[in-house]
Amino acid sequence: MAVLTINGKRHEAAVDPETPLLWVLRDTLGMTGTKYGCGIAQCGACTVHVDGVPVRSCSLPVSAVGDAKITTIEGLAEGGRLHKIQQAWLEGDVPQCGYCQSGMIMAAAALLAEKPNPTDADIDAAMTNICRCGTYQQVRAAIHAAAKA
Amino acid sequence: MDAIASISRRSFLVGSVAGAFSLGFDIPFARSQGTSAVREINAWVVVHPDDRVVIRIARSEMGQGTLTGLAQLVAEELECDWSRVSTEFPTPGQNVARGRVWRNFSTGGSRGIRESHEYVRQGGAAARAMLVSAAAKRWNVAEAECSTSNGVVSHAASGRRLRYGELAAEAATLEPPKDIKLKDVKDWKIAGKGVKRLDTAPKVDGTLVYGIDLRLPGMLTATIRDCPVQGGKLKGFDAAKVDRMPGVRKVVAVDGTAVAVIADSYWQARKALEALPVEWDMGPGAGTSSATIDAMLTEGLTAENVFIGTRVGDAKAAIAGAAKVVEAVYSYPYQNHATMEPMNATAIWTADRCEVWCPTQNGESALAAAAEAAELPVAKCDVHKAFLGGGFGRRGRSDYVRQAVLIARQMPGTPVKLVWSREEDMMHCAFHPVTKCKLTGALDASGKLVGLHMRISGQSILASLAPQGLQNGMDPVVFQGLNAGGTEGQFGYDVPNLLVDHAMRNTHVLAGFWRGVNLNHNAIYVECFMDELARAAGEDPLAFRRRYLKPKHRAVLDAAAERIGYGKPVPGRFHGVAQIMGFGSYVAAVAEVSVKEGQLKIHRIVAATDPGTVVNPAQIERQVAGSFVYGLSAALYGECTVKDGAIEQTNFDTYPVLRMDEMPHVETVLVPSGGFWGGVGEPTIGVAAPAVLNAIFAATGKRIRSLPVAKHDLRSA
Ligand code: FES
Ligand code: FES
Repeated sequence: MAVLTINGKRHEAAVDPETPLLWVLRDTLGMTGTKYGCGIAQCGACTVHVDGVPVRSCSLPVSAVGDAKITTIEGLAEGGRLHKIQQAWLEGDVPQCGYCQSGMIMAAAALLAEKPNPTDADIDAAMTNICRCGTYQQVRAAIHAAAKA
Repeated sequence: MDAIASISRRSFLVGSVAGAFSLGFDIPFARSQGTSAVREINAWVVVHPDDRVVIRIARSEMGQGTLTGLAQLVAEELECDWSRVSTEFPTPGQNVARGRVWRNFSTGGSRGIRESHEYVRQGGAAARAMLVSAAAKRWNVAEAECSTSNGVVSHAASGRRLRYGELAAEAATLEPPKDIKLKDVKDWKIAGKGVKRLDTAPKVDGTLVYGIDLRLPGMLTATIRDCPVQGGKLKGFDAAKVDRMPGVRKVVAVDGTAVAVIADSYWQARKALEALPVEWDMGPGAGTSSATIDAMLTEGLTAENVFIGTRVGDAKAAIAGAAKVVEAVYSYPYQNHATMEPMNATAIWTADRCEVWCPTQNGESALAAAAEAAELPVAKCDVHKAFLGGGFGRRGRSDYVRQAVLIARQMPGTPVKLVWSREEDMMHCAFHPVTKCKLTGALDASGKLVGLHMRISGQSILASLAPQGLQNGMDPVVFQGLNAGGTEGQFGYDVPNLLVDHAMRNTHVLAGFWRGVNLNHNAIYVECFMDELARAAGEDPLAFRRRYLKPKHRAVLDAAAERIGYGKPVPGRFHGVAQIMGFGSYVAAVAEVSVKEGQLKIHRIVAATDPGTVVNPAQIERQVAGSFVYGLSAALYGECTVKDGAIEQTNFDTYPVLRMDEMPHVETVLVPSGGFWGGVGEPTIGVAAPAVLNAIFAATGKRIRSLPVAKHDLRSA
């Protein structure tokens, strides 16, 4: 039985300890905002925060989470207010198909938490998520916009 | 969500074909189907008493923004309040039941808007006329005295006003008008504007339910492995080895070629499938490799028996009599679509009914596939379309829908969600076809281009996926962008002697529609070779092209060249140009690159498009930028190779794609010349690779004739 703190709430999941966090979130707990893209830590679609650090949940066994606090896309807004990255995403009309965007947003939110005013080089280094629709240009602009907000 | 609410959602159409399965289900994809039982004004428009307007969209939304563009066109003619507009997808089953009132659901070939703009605008205009008619009746005045704006009908003479929401119920009972006059494009207020997409909010908070996210009561999850070699068969498997693993419910054969594990969750299904001993009959493709395919295509470059796509004058004679002959052979590898969301579909089957939930670019063919696999009449089946996590042509096929239904049939009454692994997705699509092209150009003594022969050798998409579309064996789609005339993809250069022919060489690896389709390699072949010819003629590549280009082709190239400041790059950087026509639009690009110690950097791209008519410039800009990511991913890295008949690349580690740090700045220039409607999702992919390849040549003197760029050494010799 895995006991997890996700978005400030305690959850229990009766799963094999080797199950990646991604599938516990999606299948066991029904939190499907976190996406499956590759399963091998390549694409970033499954990015969540573990104690504030962006982590690719497809490659993190649930047993390795311990008592770390997990934040998913569903928990990024606080008190009904969108995170400023989400707000910038809305204003910048960033997503195309949107499938990669939960992961993009989680990676960008972690970047801003660490570097409130990221340079283009910071963005290049932190944002390694894959977007097949090719929203990179809008993603970059929205991160800069959020930094200024 | 209670059952009543979900039923009313489903029965928004008179005589709805809603099935028994919807009872008690929170209707998935409800966000897109937020209608209550309010009566529609017509198939396209529902107006609620509180003035909310729901516009029905038949085409699929896969990120390309068609949903928003089509809604803009309907809203424009309807003259409603744009801020109150939402959309919903009718189901393919409803389309069948209503005599195809929404016409074509198929979403590919950049056709979503250009093929349906007229009838969707007519739908909006008809609804507007009915609302006016209802107001005129109520006021007892002539319709001609009434005007509409922003969701309100006004009668100027008396100063009376009625909101659409107050008129909708009455309007819905009226006869539709006979004569509909559409607005002039220059009078547009909603269409033609760069309004934001309508579907963004649920994409930033994780609430949008994609097909892969679907959860139904009692649902199980399956994952599948198809024979690694396309055309091979499943020989057998040892279910006893895995059927006691946690969560496993059943191990099933699918269609004689695949095996699937059905379990409580994806991870359990996947682990069991990995542990399952399977025996394959790899079939006739097993002996094929990239090298054997290459040899077959090379033979086609000089073969006799070919299909002629374009013939003007006598190219062979012109070449024979040329002062200078230039010849080059190019090649283009297999590519995978690699949509971010892997293939998936959920099905529930009983002997009496089958319903499917899936991301699809073609709802109607998904429905046909579901009915066939279910062995039920179409009227007893339906497909609920999800927003797509990428399409790029991959989801025009319904292979995964068929599989999902065949699996669900082995669990009658239980919803089963089939989820492909990325690995399965990478090995089993219909790939961007492989082709080679031998180009022979004839220059006269003055350096003038007097003849050109393009021999394409390689796969036909139609032969793979839609052989009924072949014309006396010929695949006309092969000649995309190389047609002598027509409005779809006309060859841009006036060359007095031109021959384009095709040696069809098919393999067991399925070829399919991949964003940009055949334009991708055709544009590389023509546009890189034009550069070679220009150099051979001792002329600047832009100036050389301009001498032969037809006016509209030249105009977009000029627009791109002017914006980037062609010929005056930042010191140390180099320009490369390309143009092509495809999907009804004229496009051109100039790339600015540098190559330092073999390291390529693409600094800047200017891309110009003449789509005739612009419906949403902001979304076109995004499509164009995205098309460069897609096109450059393929050009720089993309290659699916074949070994023992199977595709070797199984994930993004071996099939790398462009990421943020390599994304050049893309500037979009729109030069709509009016009078036609061209597509925008795909055409600019065509110019992405050749513009960059030509710039690499300018920077290094290295002419890259086979992709991807990554396998070439760009260091100076
Ligand atoms: S799904 Fe985890 S990185 Fe791709
Ligand atoms: S928005 Fe479609 S993959 Fe990024």
